[in-house]
Amino acid sequence: VSLSPQLCALMFSWIRASELTFELPDNAKQCFYEDIIIGTKCTLEFQVVTGGHYDVDCRLEDPDGTVLYKEMKKQYDSFTFTASRNGTFKFCFSNEFSTFTHKTVYFDFQVGDDPPLFPNENRVTALTQMESACVSIHEALKSVIDYQTHFRLREAQGRSRAEDLNTRVAFWSIGEAFILLVVSISQVLLLRSFFSDKKTTTTRVGS
Amino acid sequence: MTMNNLGKSLVRMRSFTGSVKMVAVRMQFTLYLVLLLNIYNSFVSALYFHIGETEKKCFIEEIPDETMIIGNYRTQLYDKQKEEYLPATQGLGMFVEVKDPDEKVILSRQYGSEGRFIFTSHTPGEHQICLHSNSSKFALFAGGMLRVHLDIQVGEHTNNYAEIAAKDKLTELQLRVRQLMEQVDQVQKEQNYQRYREERFRQTSESTNQRVLWWSIVQTLILVAIGFWQMRHLKSFFEAKKLV
Repeated sequence: VSLSPQLCALMFSWIRASELTFELPDNAKQCFYEDIIIGTKCTLEFQVVTGGHYDVDCRLEDPDGTVLYKEMKKQYDSFTFTASRNGTFKFCFSNEFSTFTHKTVYFDFQVGDDPPLFPNENRVTALTQMESACVSIHEALKSVIDYQTHFRLREAQGRSRAEDLNTRVAFWSIGEAFILLVVSISQVLLLRSFFSDKKTTTTRVGS
Repeated sequence: MTMNNLGKSLVRMRSFTGSVKMVAVRMQFTLYLVLLLNIYNSFVSALYFHIGETEKKCFIEEIPDETMIIGNYRTQLYDKQKEEYLPATQGLGMFVEVKDPDEKVILSRQYGSEGRFIFTSHTPGEHQICLHSNSSKFALFAGGMLRVHLDIQVGEHTNNYAEIAAKDKLTELQLRVRQLMEQVDQVQKEQNYQRYREERFRQTSESTNQRVLWWSIVQTLILVAIGFWQMRHLKSFFEAKKLV
């Protein structure tokens, strides 16, 4: 029984990583679905990039509807689970608690391991030293790229806060200058109106 | 005695091979089933989500320059009678629009119900990939949702190593090293982009710092000037009214 073509088909279809960054409007909920085979080790990682208090509700359900993971108002989290059944797993991000801030959410859903580099890698022989060195460098670089992604997201978050602060300071300066002028002029006018209303009041004041 | 032993071991072996055959058959069956499911799901059986008829779904990809992005999608329409999603729909296409960080459109095309779009970034920054259906036959949706399978690969993941190995005739070790080179290249590009972003961040912070400084000074001056003006104006007003 030759298993390799089936094995390669198996490997290519059910092993993948999807990472997406999408915008979640206020009072909205966005769900994603994936068909997973029993026994596959999966990891869901998410991070809120911009918006409001940088938090979102996340919920992960298995095909029966059992909630595997549920967190409210989380900024960043990583959850690993093994699929206990075959079927469609569903995870949702909700911004329903927010009334006017829309958020940008990044998530990375890894199902199984990465596909092997070679189509007929059902080798029985061990890897040579060079090849195993290459494999360990590859794994290290994958984690470097992963850390880089999270660093980039945190930097984007910091930068969006700084830019928000900058525009708020600009608007507030102009607004406050305007308010100051309006208030001081109206104070003077109001005070004048107390003293220049009717002739009778002035005579009363005089006597 | 030995014949008996031989006979017993033969029987045991036969039953053993019989059970192994059973296991092998069962394994082959499940693998064929998986292969069949794989074929049924065709090219893209990735993550999927639902999209309404006039809804536009946008995804953001923050990437350095000269990075290639390959996006594969597949759509399925909900059939109310069968109460399930049809495998493929004729005449239903998706409109894909890609905008670069300067809000300039770099890709704007209509694809069929299953499509693949490729583009390379020329400026570093946030690129926006937007999808919406181009359905003009409103009856087709009938208030249902469209299921969209989407898979976006960025940078090093876009390389098809099997193709590269065949084209350049690389050995296994050479192919692994080529993959490492591509990965390191991606890390380097990202670091470069990181330097550019950090500079922008620093400029924003310094601008805020300057604005706060200037505003404090200007506000103090305005307050003092207004105080003087108010007092002088009121004094002259009261003197005119002969109250002072």
